[in-house]
Parts: sequence; structure tokens; C-alpha cells
Amino acid sequence: MTALLELEDVEARYGPVHALHGVSLGVEEGSIVAVLGPNGAGKTTTLRAVSGTVRRSGRIAFAGRPLGRLGPGAVARLGVAHVPEGRGTFAELTVWENLRLGAYTRRGSIQPELERVFTYFPWLSERRRQEAGTLSGGEQQMLALARAFMLRPRLLLLDEPSLGLAPVLVAELFRIVQQMNEDDGLTVLVVEQNAQLALQAAHAGFVLEAGRVALAGTSEELQADDSVRRSYLGY
Amino acid sequence: MRNLPGLVTVLAVAGVLAALPFLLSDYHVSLAAQVGIFFIAILGLNILTGYTGQISIGHGAFMAIGGYTTAVLSRDHHTNLVLTMVAAFAICFVVGLIVGLPALRLSGVYLALVTFALAISIPQIPLQYSSFLGGSGGVQSSRTVDNLWIYAAAWTASAILFVLAWLILRGRIGRAFRAVRDSEIAAVASGVELPVYKTLAFGISAAYAGVAGSLFVLATNGFAQPSEFDVFLSLELLIGVAIAGLGSLWGILAGAAFVALLPQISTSVPVIGAQHGRDVVFGAAVILVMLLVPDGFAGLLRRIRRLARA
Amino acid sequence: MSSAETSAIAGFRARGIALAPAGAVAVLLVGGAVFLLVGCLQSTTFARLTVEGLASGAVYSSLALALVLVYRATHVINFAQGELAMLTTYVAYQLIQWGLSYWVAFFATLAIAFVLGLVLQVALIRPVLHRSVIATVIVTVGLFILIDGVVNWIWGADLKFMPSPFGNGAFNLGGVAILHLYVGMLAVVSACVLLVWALFRFTKLGLGMRAAAVRPAAAALVGVRVDRMLAVGWGLAAVLGAVAGLMAEPSQLFLSPTLMQSILVYAFAAAVLGGLESPAGAVVGGLTIGVSISLVIGYVPQISSELQLPFAFAVLLVVLLVKPSGLFGRREVRRV
Repeated sequence: MTALLELEDVEARYGPVHALHGVSLGVEEGSIVAVLGPNGAGKTTTLRAVSGTVRRSGRIAFAGRPLGRLGPGAVARLGVAHVPEGRGTFAELTVWENLRLGAYTRRGSIQPELERVFTYFPWLSERRRQEAGTLSGGEQQMLALARAFMLRPRLLLLDEPSLGLAPVLVAELFRIVQQMNEDDGLTVLVVEQNAQLALQAAHAGFVLEAGRVALAGTSEELQADDSVRRSYLGY
Repeated sequence: MRNLPGLVTVLAVAGVLAALPFLLSDYHVSLAAQVGIFFIAILGLNILTGYTGQISIGHGAFMAIGGYTTAVLSRDHHTNLVLTMVAAFAICFVVGLIVGLPALRLSGVYLALVTFALAISIPQIPLQYSSFLGGSGGVQSSRTVDNLWIYAAAWTASAILFVLAWLILRGRIGRAFRAVRDSEIAAVASGVELPVYKTLAFGISAAYAGVAGSLFVLATNGFAQPSEFDVFLSLELLIGVAIAGLGSLWGILAGAAFVALLPQISTSVPVIGAQHGRDVVFGAAVILVMLLVPDGFAGLLRRIRRLARA
Repeated sequence: MSSAETSAIAGFRARGIALAPAGAVAVLLVGGAVFLLVGCLQSTTFARLTVEGLASGAVYSSLALALVLVYRATHVINFAQGELAMLTTYVAYQLIQWGLSYWVAFFATLAIAFVLGLVLQVALIRPVLHRSVIATVIVTVGLFILIDGVVNWIWGADLKFMPSPFGNGAFNLGGVAILHLYVGMLAVVSACVLLVWALFRFTKLGLGMRAAAVRPAAAALVGVRVDRMLAVGWGLAAVLGAVAGLMAEPSQLFLSPTLMQSILVYAFAAAVLGGLESPAGAVVGGLTIGVSISLVIGYVPQISSELQLPFAFAVLLVVLLVKPSGLFGRREVRRV
């Protein structure tokens, strides 16, 4: 299978501070890939580099197409949905409006997308008119995921989805992500602090350290290696 | 003003200022006097906006108070003109403190809004209380002075007030002001009593504007009129501060020169004509300067110094 | 400082904490409406003053709404909003002088205003948007002066006559003569405000604009072109300003460059009263200020029309001291 997403020697910086010093990785279509590592390793920045939210150099190709200097809007239009850290929910707008925004780049009717989202998140249908900010943390995370799904993305970038959520909800969230991956062929690149959880859901993983890829392998390989687990993954 | 010019430079400037009246025509002396007047007002406003970060678009109102103080005292009590300037300083200081109190509760755009509304509303007051304040006809002082007098008074006052500002800013008060500007939260944490210093800054800047207002009235034949103190005056003061930038004495001089001279120069712009050329050129110049040099003259100087060092 | 002084200042600060919850605001508004209704039924003078106040209030609302639109989107107070409105009114005047009928000129002016607002945002505001607050303030101030100069230059400061589209007739409602003019002003402004509201509420563009205003980073991620939304916001604000100017002119009888200067102050007061980020607040605020000024001047002899501006200023000050977020505002003004 060809890689849907390819990063080659990608560097990124916030002003004078370099966050990525040459990250190279590949994500195969239809797989779930985890990006792991300690705080400050550059995990979030990697996602931002893909979606075009941060200044980057190096080669990033999506479905064979180099992303060059494309900004977030253009990248979204290519079929990449980014759920940022902190969810990026529009708290002042209603649930329905949040979903509508997810499909902003799509033309025509969004009914089919809405229906598919409601099959994954049936409870959202009743809460359409509710202000998104009044939802609980877990519900907002689900809404963020639903919003991303409205784009009918080929690639989903998921940043720290478990942050601040109760374990039950986190398990539910990953179950839904896996379902999306299996039923709709959605490719997922997920950044997670909770490495154990991420590797259980993922097919492969990359471990970042100080802005570079330190380790790579399938999830079985990474989970099986005790020394790797202890020194890199913290469990 | 961290980059204080050396003693030699100060003496040189003083020498130039003393010599100027003998070299320039009367009209140009009056222009130079205007620069001095704006220098005082912008110096004061710089303390407020540049040092404690409070944006005021209403200091024309304080100039009005100062100007009317001079005119009324002179008209009713034939007070010595210099004494009226001192009175203007004192009165405006107190009024500034009073205005500074509610200003504590506002920040950024809200303060700018309120002071803007103040600037537009204050000229209405003499119209209402016309018996005492002369209505739209204005108040005439009992004595008028010539351009040389104003030039000397303006620049002497500038020197005195500049030294005063320098003394204030290098001491404890100045450090407190800078702390407030850089981070209010940090300033409070290190024990700076915010209300005191922010209000003090208002008072000082108002006092300076008052003196400038006195001179302003004297420069217009001792005549204080509401139309002289319209909102454009307050706008010009703020523009002067922005052009000056922060942290440079020369910047304040540049700002004063820009505001005092540019409108005069642009009256002789071809095609547009006298009255309107002023506003069109001035407005366009202001916008251009802000787009190109947002940090003002002081920022420009810093950039040049950095380039020279490299 | 003595302890009395420190505690006084502390108390001063404590009173600033937002007091009135939403319920109290609603009670206030309903009470006010009832008061007006009763007054109108009791006295024809009251009714006349109220209608006049509502009509001028509608103009203030339109300009206040423009200010709020710009502030919500770009966090900039456009000090030149009033002068911009005045400029577009002169454009309409010129179009009429060239032979266009009033309503054709009206809509043409709105279109021109939209383009003008858009261009100004792109050319002047976008470059300084990320600099200091003072830089953006100065740019709009410079624009204020520039537009004033340009209008004086092109058309001169003398008073110009523009025909009123509503004529001089009046309706007779229960003994009260209500000028067609006031009804017209209210109707036009209401229609405009409703259209803008509908645009924001029901269209994809409006949703994009709202998203860009409240959360630009998140909006960019879903593909909203934030820059463009801000520019469109300025364009719409200019349209609202144009409506304000065009509706203000007939009631002032003549067109002059000072048309919008005092209206800008009322609009500021209205926007702050309603809450700088609340469009509904701008509308309610404008009507409130309009009616209040009209009634106060009519019934309180000490406050003549010369003190209108200081009165509005006093309102502005009181609101900012008591409840800075305004009637409908959410967030509080940053204080230490």
C-alpha cells in the first residue's frame, strides 16, 4: 500500500524556536498511527506541520501531492481534518453550527454527512440547538470528532484526544475512531500522551524525541519491547 | 527617556534655540514656538501613554482648561501671565488626578473611547455657561504678547518641564511607571500601588497639557475659544506621541515638529488648497508613518543604531 | 497613603464587579418599554418626543452596529466609522446631483460603501492589526482626519441640500402627528439591520464570519478564510454606516461635513451600553440613547440641546464604571 501521508526531513519553528529538527515518517492509507513521546518532543507541532498551521520546511506529501506552503484551509480542502489540542470547538455557536462549520469547505447539501455523523453520535442529533460551550468536556471532544468527520476526510489528525477526559469516555472515543477507520477507511494520525492506550488502538507508532523520530515500528513491536516501553513510553 | 543626550548635546541644542530668533523671520519664530508648545504637551502625554500605557484621546480638554485658566485669570484679575501658567499647571494636575480615578477602571480601547468622548464633549461646556466662560465668543485675556515672548516662554517652560520629567522618570516613580507599562500584574506583585501611579501619571500629563494650553491661548492673541480646542487637537497630541515613539527625547521633538509644522507646510500644497490641504496631507502622512514605522521615531532611531553597529 | 484612602480605592474597585445578572437587564428593558408606552398614551408631547427619539436612536443603532461588527471581528475601534459614513452620504449626494433618483443612488451608495470598507480593511488595517493597539488607533484616527479633509476639499464645508425621500407629510395617530420621516428612518434602518442579521444567522458566509470573529484559529482549520471574512465584516460595517448617514441627513435638514461627528459619540455610548461585542446590544443601546436624550431634553429644563454630548458622555462613563460589559455583554473589561 502506498503511504497516504509522507513526511521527509520536516523542520518547523515558532519564531526563533525550532520545534522539529527533521521528522520523517509515513502513514499508510487505512491505518491508525500513533505519535508518541514526552512533552515538548514536537508531537503537536508535527500535526500542525501537516495541516499547515505552523511554518515548516521539508517535504510533506498527501496522497502523492506535495503540500508546499499550503495553509490550513487549502489542506482541509484536500481532505485533511485536524482536531487540535483543546478541541477547537466554537463554544459560542450551537452544536449544529459547529457541525456545519466542519463541512465548510464542501459544496452542496451536507445532509448525507450529517446523517453519517448522527449514526456515530446519535445523541448529538437531539442537542442540535444547544450552545457548544455548555456541553461537558467529553461531549465537546466527541463534537470535535464529529465536526472533523463532517469534512469526509481521508486523513484525520487527532491531537491529545484523551486530555481531561474520564477513562470511560476515552475508551468510547477510541472505539468510535476505530469504527470510523474500519467502516469508512479513515486514516488516522493520533498524538497521545497515553501511549498504552494509543498503541492498543493503533497499527503503528512513531516515538518522537527532541524534534526527531527516535523510534518507529508496528504497535505490536513497540508494545512487546520492554526496554522501549519503559524508557520511551513510560509504562 | 533612557537615551539621554550628553551635556554637550544639550548645550548645543540650547545654543541653537537661543540663536534661532535672531535668524528666523517673525512667522518662523511663531512656528518654532508652536513646536515648543506641542513639545510640552506631548512630553506630558508620553508619560501617560508611553510609560503607563494608558491611551488618552482627550488631552486637548486639559489644554482647554489650562488655556481658559490663563484667559479668565488675566481678564478678571489681570494676573501676571507666567503666574497663570503656574495656576494652569496646578489646576490641571488636580483635574487630571480626578479624571485618572475612574480611568483606573478602564483599559485599552475603553479608555480611548471615553477620553475621545471627553474631547468632543468638553468644548460644549463654554457654550453652555457662556456668562462666565464667554460662550462661542471666547474669553480675551487683558494682555497680549508677541511671538518672541511666546517662543522664549515656550522653550524655557519646555526646558524646565523636561528636567522635571527626567527627574521624575529616573527615580522611584519612573521605575514604577515602567513596571506598570511592562506588566501590570507583575507590578502589583512586586508591590507597586497601581492606582497611585496610574492616577499620578494622569495628573502629571494633564498638568503639562495645561501649561501647553496656556501658551496656546497666548499664542492666539490671548484669546480662548471653544473652536480652538476641538477634538482634532486631542487627536494631534496622540498622533504626536505615536510619531515620537517610546524612549527617546529626540522622538518627542520629532513628534512635536510633525504635529506643529506639517499642517502649516501643507497649507501651501498645490491643487488641494489651504484649509483642506492641511487635513488631507496630514491625515495621509499619519497613516503612512504608522504603516511604515509603527514604533515611531524612537523605533526608527533604534533600528538605525542597530544597523550602524552591525 | 492613609488607610481611609486605600479602603476607599479598594471599595471603588469592588463595586466594579458585574452586578446585574441577565434577569435584571430584562426587567430593566421591559420596565422601560412599559414606561414609554404608558407615557405615550398619556401625553401627545411624550409620544412625539418618543417617536423622535426612536428615529434618531435608529440612526445611532446603525452606526453602533457598524462599530460592534468591526470590534467583534478585528478588536479595533474604528474611530473613522462616522466620517466614513459621512463620506458615503456625500457620495449619494453627488450621485443625485448627477441625475440618479434617490433610491437608485441609495443602493448604489451601499454598494460603494461595501467596497470602500473592504478596501480600507485590506490596505490599512490588515498591516497594523498585529502591532500595538496604539498603532491601529492612530491609523483610524489618521483616516478620520484624512476623510474630513477630502470631503471638505471635494465638496466644501458649505451646507448642501439633499431631498428627503420621505417627504414632509405626517401620519395622524390618535391625535399625535408622526412625521413620515421618522417612520421612514425606523423602517429603513430596521430593514437593514434585519437583513444583516439574517445574513449572519442563516447563510454559510455569515457563519464563517461569526466563526472567524470568535475563534480565528479554529476557523482557519475548518477552511474559513479568516482574512477575507474580516474584510467582508468591514465592508458590511461601512454599509451600516452609510445607512446611518443617509438616514441622519434628512433629520438634520442639511448635509455638512460635521454630520456624523456627534452621532459617533452617541454610537460609542450606544455600543458600550449594549456591550461592545453584542449586536443586539448595539440596537437596544442606540434606541435607548435616542429616546433618553429626546425625553431628557424635552422635559428637563437645565439640560438644553447643547449638553446633549456631555450627557451621552456621562452615560458612557457610568456604564463603563458600573457594568463595563454593557447590558448584553459577556466578558468583563480587563482590570487589575
